[in-house]
Amino acid sequence: MNIWEILIISLIKILFIVVMLLLTVAYSVYFERKISAWVQNRVGPNRVGWLGLLQPFADVFKLLLKEDIVPDAANKPLHTLAPFISLFVAFTTYAVIPLGPPIELFGYKINLVVADVNIGILYVLALTSLGVYGITFAGWSSGSKYSLLGGIRSSAQMISYEVSMGFSVAGVLLMSQSLSPVKIVEAQYGWMWNAILQPIGFITFVVSAFAETNRLPFDLPEAEPELVGGYHTEYSSFKFAGFFLAEYANMAIASAMIVTLYLGGYQVPYIEKLGLGYTLTTIIQIASLFIKIGALLFFFIWVRWSIPRFRYDQLMSLGWKVMFPLALANIIWVAALIMIFGL
Amino acid sequence: MAVQKREKDLNILEKLYIPEIIKGMALTLKSMFRPNVTLQYPEVRFEPLASYRGRPVLVQENNGVERCVACGLCSRVCPALAIEVQAAETDQEKERYPEKFEINMLRCIFCGFCEEVCPEEAIVMSKDYELVFKNRDEAIYGKDKLLVPVDNLKDRLEFLRKFK
Repeated sequence: MNIWEILIISLIKILFIVVMLLLTVAYSVYFERKISAWVQNRVGPNRVGWLGLLQPFADVFKLLLKEDIVPDAANKPLHTLAPFISLFVAFTTYAVIPLGPPIELFGYKINLVVADVNIGILYVLALTSLGVYGITFAGWSSGSKYSLLGGIRSSAQMISYEVSMGFSVAGVLLMSQSLSPVKIVEAQYGWMWNAILQPIGFITFVVSAFAETNRLPFDLPEAEPELVGGYHTEYSSFKFAGFFLAEYANMAIASAMIVTLYLGGYQVPYIEKLGLGYTLTTIIQIASLFIKIGALLFFFIWVRWSIPRFRYDQLMSLGWKVMFPLALANIIWVAALIMIFGL
Repeated sequence: MAVQKREKDLNILEKLYIPEIIKGMALTLKSMFRPNVTLQYPEVRFEPLASYRGRPVLVQENNGVERCVACGLCSRVCPALAIEVQAAETDQEKERYPEKFEINMLRCIFCGFCEEVCPEEAIVMSKDYELVFKNRDEAIYGKDKLLVPVDNLKDRLEFLRKFK
């Protein structure tokens, strides 16, 4: 392959990922509203298009037509920059997540991942840590006490939960002996899913992922009853849409990360024993990845409409006194597994 | 301040959160499959029961005359001062009738006191809940809008006889 072919193939992959991510975001907003309606015995949006399927586009259109307000007390450059940081982080993280096994198409061997880097997991952790800047800048630069409180809460929360998140990931890394997401997925061959081998690490990672994406029960940065809207109180129009998109994109990425690290990525256990052809197997594997991500997105939304928000001190004590020791215990558990069974 | 004691401390399972969270999630999952309660409003309209307090209306007998004798009790009892009655004499048996009867629907709070106090069962709460006005003048309902034939109000009159 010469350089142009690599460039074109990469561009196609990037385009595919961005379009898929935007569609996922649009429809997770739609399903957020639908599922909340089902939980409360309502119908949910059903007027715009068939079954209300065009509702997300109507919502976005409405947001774009609104006036873009910047408060007088705001620090204008940072106020503008903040939603772009959030969006940038949300859209670049997906680059390292493998969508399926390598395929052969028109004579080219294509890896179904935008960037097969050998430090993929570090890259994801680094970018999600950057995400905190978007929210903190937004809170600080708005010139409003509600936003500031939201921003401060968010930084404290995300830093606390990043610790237990990192330690849970360490268990996975011990297992696969690699930082590359592709290798991690390949290591979870058959039923060797990390969720089964290290259930404690799975739970701590999922809980930390909820905290990292600011979803209920950890949505203290937004906390409508106390903080009006938290860090995005002073945002409107396109900038607000940016935060909104970033929140749902983060949710999709958290789901994809959970699937990659713990639920075997695109692996379907014992599929090779069915004796299906190469093409069919690959298609089933890619579909299984999307089904797993979809199920996790449903789980995210389901949790949001079931569980009340934690109090701030409960959040902190859960993060440091429960999640952190559990994640440490998980590392010891994984080390013991490796030592005893030589996995 | 006295130290508040909890009635019941959480046990270890409840402190772990996770069993309790699973219980809550099971509940919401169950309710996802319950039938909806939504009415698709403009197509399907809510048909209230007789006990419903919609907008107050004046009862019109079958001969086209209102029951009201313009005693003014409703206007007197109205906590929102929404009703205005002007009495006049008539040759009919009831001797008095309201020359002008106005309810300001922007003030009405649908408490039903006027209906309760009326000695003639002449003002009752209807089932009408769709109240739309384009300006404030339109919100003042005169006799033309308030009079409703007695046949349309049978439900409510029966309900009043039973429970009032």
